[in-house]
Amino acid sequence: MADELLPRHEEFGLAKADQSKVPITDHSSASFPKQLLGFWVTFKTMFKKVNTVQYPEVKEPTAERFHGRHQLNRHPDGLEKCIGCELCAWACPADAIYVEGADNKEGEQFSPGERYGKVYQINYLRCIFCGLCIEACPTRALTMTNEYELADSTRGKLIFEKDDLLGPLRAGMVPPPHPMYPNTDDGNYYRGEVTGSHPSQGVAKDD
Amino acid sequence: MTNAQLISQDPGWIIALKGLIIFAACVFLTIMSVWGERRIVARMQQRSGPNRVGKFGLLQALVDGVKLALKEDLIPKAADRIVFVIAPIISTTACFMAFAVIPMTGPVNFFGQQTAMQLTDLSVGVLYVLAIASVGVYGIVLAGWSSGSTYPLLGGLRSSAQVISYEVAMGLSLVAVFIYAGSMSTSEIVAAQDQWWYAVVLFPSFVIYAISMVGETNRAPFDLAEAEGELVGGFHTEYSSLKFALFFLSEYVNIIAVSALATTLFLGGYRALPGLGFTEQWLGGWFTLIWFFVKVLAFFFVFVWLRGTLPRLRYDQFMKFGWKVLIPFSLVWILVVATLRVMSQQNAPRALIFAFVFSVALLYLAVTSLIDRQKTKIAEAAKFIDATQPSFPVPVIPTSRAEQLNG
Repeated sequence: MADELLPRHEEFGLAKADQSKVPITDHSSASFPKQLLGFWVTFKTMFKKVNTVQYPEVKEPTAERFHGRHQLNRHPDGLEKCIGCELCAWACPADAIYVEGADNKEGEQFSPGERYGKVYQINYLRCIFCGLCIEACPTRALTMTNEYELADSTRGKLIFEKDDLLGPLRAGMVPPPHPMYPNTDDGNYYRGEVTGSHPSQGVAKDD
Repeated sequence: MTNAQLISQDPGWIIALKGLIIFAACVFLTIMSVWGERRIVARMQQRSGPNRVGKFGLLQALVDGVKLALKEDLIPKAADRIVFVIAPIISTTACFMAFAVIPMTGPVNFFGQQTAMQLTDLSVGVLYVLAIASVGVYGIVLAGWSSGSTYPLLGGLRSSAQVISYEVAMGLSLVAVFIYAGSMSTSEIVAAQDQWWYAVVLFPSFVIYAISMVGETNRAPFDLAEAEGELVGGFHTEYSSLKFALFFLSEYVNIIAVSALATTLFLGGYRALPGLGFTEQWLGGWFTLIWFFVKVLAFFFVFVWLRGTLPRLRYDQFMKFGWKVLIPFSLVWILVVATLRVMSQQNAPRALIFAFVFSVALLYLAVTSLIDRQKTKIAEAAKFIDATQPSFPVPVIPTSRAEQLNG
């Protein structure tokens, strides 16, 4: 009988409430003048400032950490952060992410280390924007932007491919594939010790 | 010359033109009032309402109408086709017809002809309006029945029960007006209010009419017929396209019609506000039209205000209010008014009139205090409940198997 479920009032020092006489909240209608006050409320509200945002013309900024469209980030030299580990896809409760990893080859290096994400798709018809994928990502490759205008006319258009999700190439970045920064390994990248591209990696994008 | 005499001299073409104008004005008012209602209710809820189509969204209702007309017109398989088609027509026709006897202006010059903006002046004009309103109920009942579907049937029954019960209170509230005006003709009732509006003289009647006209038009807080949470769309659930548009139109024309009747019977119709009588001569008498519509639109605003403020009533509360409060009260009120009227007509001594009024007031106080005492008694008794004993009947729970078997 050890696992029997019993109320534990005494154990926590709680007195059992006396339920023999339970007062009921008074639900009888308010007095007539009080009811008339409701008319004053609606009348007053007519002259208040309207809350509506005229949306397509006027756009209000979202909250700072709003969960919007995803972005695949890059290292400062342009290599992709994604290592194709699929942890995001496994974390996804809505099964919205599809990842196919592949090996980085000599002369065709997309990310530091051995592996990179070859195919990366997010289906925005399934995505619930919970953010579990970005929590799961070990390299901070996947983050979320504040962009929320994701409506489109077909199902196909709402499956975003890697090209759609990859962050833009900034100044000083070299478009992959290209070799890693000389004399570094993926650990250096991970610790943020690579801060830009090297001329041996290729022609960097200028402003 | 009175309005009635002026109107009786109208040639045929003026009558036809007036009919056309009334029809056009009703449709125009409907479109504008749909827009106005949506805007006002929106403001009451701190929204901005339709503001996309045209300036301030003025064309919204028009565009909605076009959209409705372009929709597919469905007739359910189970529906009675003929009745299903006729029902919205009855509904719409009836509410337009009520306008025929509403005087909208005093004597004016209409294309060189001295007349008044009133299609016809029946000596039983107000009764005619009540009769037409009752015909409108057929539209609702038939629509609900002919749809061949459960929710429309229930909605149709509900709204016809509602309209009929509130019509009783409405009719009774008008009796006091008839007694005082000595006529049932709308133009003569307006003329009889040149000193005091009946909204002041017969204030209780005015209140009863104002309440029952909301019930009569199936509007919030009495819009039980279209309680969407319970009945989908009520009697017009199965209607689509233009036939639905007709019901929509008739609802709004009905609102304008009862407001116009209230204006005519209680607010002095097309007459100016007290103290502004000189404006009645402006624009060759046409300024009275503005006064008329100002009053009608004031009523319309109250309709919208009610919708923005009050939640929907429960069906039984609603019926109880109609039958147990409004109708008995108006019956007693009619008795009082009739007695007073007879007294004043037969030049009864002032002391007698005062004694009568005083005793009526005393009786009223006595009855209300008795009711109040009963109410507080019930409220006191209900303040506490025994939680171990539910207030509803429950079957006895048998204690043992043997007892169960032995019964």
